[in-house]
Amino acid sequence: MTTTREPNKVLSQIEYDVIGTRPIRPDGADKVTGRAKYSADFTISGAIYGKLVRSPHAHARIISIDTSKAEAHPSVKAVVTGEDLPKTVIGADGDRPKTSGEIAADLKYLRHQIMATEKVVFGNQPVAAVAAATAHDAEEAAKLVEVKYEILPSVTEVRAAMEDDAPVLHDDIEMTEFGEKTGRKGNIADHFQNKIGDPQKGFEQADVIVEREFNTATVHQGYIEPHSCTVHWRDDDRIFIWNSCQGPFNIRDATAEVLGVPLTNVKLTPQEIGGGFGGKFEPYGEPVLALLSKKAGAPVKMWMTRTEDLEATGPSPGSYVRVKMGATKDGKIVAGEAELAFEAGAYPGSVVEAGGECVFAPYDIPNAVVDGYDVVVNKSKMAAYRAPGATNAEFASETVVDELAQKLDIDPIEFRLMNAAKEGTRKVDGTSFPRIGLVEVLEALKDHDHWKSPIEGDNVARGFACAYWMNAGLQSAVNLAVNSDGRVSLTEGSPDIGGSRASISMQAAEILGIPSEDILPSVVDTDSIGFTFGTGGSRTTFATGYAAIEAAKDVKQQMIERAALIWGVAPESVQMDKGNIHAGNGAELKMTFKELAAEMNDTGGAITGRGSVNPSGVGAAFAGLIVDIHADPETGKVQILRATIAQDAGKAIHPSYVEGQLQGGTAQGIGWGLNEEYFMSDEGRMANSSFLDYRMPTALDLPMIDTVIVEVANPGHPFGVRGVGEVNIAPPPAAIANALSRSLGVRMERLPMNPNTVMETMWANNGSSNGS
Amino acid sequence: MPTKSYVQTNINGESVEFLAEPRQSLLEVLRDTLQLTGAKEGCNDGNCGACTVKMDGRIVCSCLVFGVEAEGADIETIEGMASPEGLHPLQTAFLENAALQCGICTPGFLMASKALLDHNPNPTEGQIRWWLANNLCRCTGYDKIVRAVMDAAQKMQA
Repeated sequence: MTTTREPNKVLSQIEYDVIGTRPIRPDGADKVTGRAKYSADFTISGAIYGKLVRSPHAHARIISIDTSKAEAHPSVKAVVTGEDLPKTVIGADGDRPKTSGEIAADLKYLRHQIMATEKVVFGNQPVAAVAAATAHDAEEAAKLVEVKYEILPSVTEVRAAMEDDAPVLHDDIEMTEFGEKTGRKGNIADHFQNKIGDPQKGFEQADVIVEREFNTATVHQGYIEPHSCTVHWRDDDRIFIWNSCQGPFNIRDATAEVLGVPLTNVKLTPQEIGGGFGGKFEPYGEPVLALLSKKAGAPVKMWMTRTEDLEATGPSPGSYVRVKMGATKDGKIVAGEAELAFEAGAYPGSVVEAGGECVFAPYDIPNAVVDGYDVVVNKSKMAAYRAPGATNAEFASETVVDELAQKLDIDPIEFRLMNAAKEGTRKVDGTSFPRIGLVEVLEALKDHDHWKSPIEGDNVARGFACAYWMNAGLQSAVNLAVNSDGRVSLTEGSPDIGGSRASISMQAAEILGIPSEDILPSVVDTDSIGFTFGTGGSRTTFATGYAAIEAAKDVKQQMIERAALIWGVAPESVQMDKGNIHAGNGAELKMTFKELAAEMNDTGGAITGRGSVNPSGVGAAFAGLIVDIHADPETGKVQILRATIAQDAGKAIHPSYVEGQLQGGTAQGIGWGLNEEYFMSDEGRMANSSFLDYRMPTALDLPMIDTVIVEVANPGHPFGVRGVGEVNIAPPPAAIANALSRSLGVRMERLPMNPNTVMETMWANNGSSNGS
Repeated sequence: MPTKSYVQTNINGESVEFLAEPRQSLLEVLRDTLQLTGAKEGCNDGNCGACTVKMDGRIVCSCLVFGVEAEGADIETIEGMASPEGLHPLQTAFLENAALQCGICTPGFLMASKALLDHNPNPTEGQIRWWLANNLCRCTGYDKIVRAVMDAAQKMQA
């Protein structure tokens, strides 16, 4: 195997001292020596071990739970059931406080999901839990809990769940439509619509119209570290949690709400996190372990098996998406129509609204309508997964856009450029874009050697797709403390999943004019830093970085004032530049950052700075992917031969970790496109809940992934940062599908495009092309 | 009747003794009994490679080996890779090439990569990909890992 080695390219505008360099990450040495402590590595004296008792049925009424045999096990210290969770709800309507942000699950449902009462609504749902002296004893004792069920028919697919005669999960779900209650009971929790212009008139203007229906399978984030935690309900009624999660404050708040205790009774100390991708924002075991800990009077530790994690934490929704688009013969897209139905899992609240925002966002379409449906099915409650909703939606729309370009005989990138959204373009949800970098991304790829290189070989073809994701802002806090040797301690509340200690330290260092190695970052517990929303939504380098900039500016101002005090001059006459402090025009009053730091303790004590932000200037993200494939017409197997992804980073703080995000997202998108899928049995259970059968890409499945970092500064961030974590997952399925249409002449309408799907699509077309 | 067996083994060049229940995996013993938590449990069924260690010259998933099977064995774990002189060239290459994001799979990749370079000091890209195909990484897309192994191989030969 040989892969083209395209050097990574950074299109930079402004030169900085620290930003744009590639220092070794501060947590690196611990992570290559095995010393870094992840959640399951945490130990505390006196710990006992928890195990959840889970339902073998996807949908069943709980008739009885008998815990007596488990309680009689000599090693068992505590047993709890859903009845042990409080029933009272904080807040008039049961909604969770605003601090929990995008995680909009109703508290009642969240409690039920964590440990069910009355009925179970997804396979492997917890109904009880035990704690015992060892993990093996807990596993044994969990099997002694006797639960009687009345099995109910289940429904695990979104379209089937929308049918009038489908099994109904909850008798209290009443569909809201356009924000109003309709009285319609069933599995459809919500129907929304966004509209711009006059779609009917738009289609009348179109010379070419393409309409297709797409179905995508449920997939999982596939982080390598399963969920785990240790919880101690202490004698002073504080509840200490040690876990790996994306949002320490999100899980602190949700756990407190589920347990009905004040927020700050809970303290969460985040351990190193082994991947999240959106799947580690919600509590799963934490509230249950708290109950067990209270009963047993000891800390309780638990880690999930991969099967528990796959079937019963938060995967990413399977979906149905119909897209219709029309263009004039000179290549202008004039109308769009989309219908999206997403699985929410067993409780309302899917990411269909985000999908609806993304579906047409890359294009300036004057007339469009988008309908979205949030639908409950007998699967675990869906969670976020890297640009949640974008991949489902843009697989559909990018396939249709590509087909329009084919029918009009226009180069796929050129066609996108002719219709690309720019500053001021209105989206179908009515909002318009600030400065964005889609055109620059498309141009970078159109000019790329990969796009210009010849395509050689039988059944080898090239595909292209681009994608939009909105990114997030939200709250972040950072504290800085200057040490007398001139190094600066940085505390933050953002778990570091992919190098963010580095990217945040670098922003503080740039402001202070010191090397990034002189910033010492720590991710601290929820008692020790201001509210910081979780690491997700591509927000950490943007928002926590912004807080670090504010904290560094605060330190800088105090350093100037301290120098002025020492020199006996007015602070206005003192400047700090690249780590040097000086006053006046002459060179006589001059100190380095380190020299001034050494004077701190004798001139008023340590200098500390603070930054706390909730930035509104979120920079939207765009990415584009060129992919070359070989598709075997005999077996339907698709091999990725070459991939080049370009993304607008706004400004790449640490280019290596930006490239890493682009490459990692591309790999996940390829897995979503080609292999990954929940196989559900007729009884509603996941039939492939292991990494053997839930097939994620290995090193052997992928080529090198070349990256182009485009930098169109985000005006909403001091250094122009846009988040880079997410949008890169969205283009691969459509890019591969578009390549397949050129390789085998068939248009793919189903994910994953595994050999089975490819061959079925070919046979359904009787060997004739349904592509163009 | 005792429920645990006495096991004498060698880990990272040191003689080590422990007691293990028959049902305990080597991974459990390493992590819970010996506090060598560098090997990670990602799947507990031999499909992710996060628990990779070297046992009698072969890389194994320590979740698929019983603790009692370690009797008399020579075991190398991530904790033994660096020396008092510093990091192993592979560890340095992983850091310099940003070949880790969350880092949970990194110990397994390093153990597997070291075994590869012991066996073949100058592997091709394809050979690296083949050798590392039992180790799952969900963050990097493997690009920087493969480059880091190539980089380390080159530096170790120089």
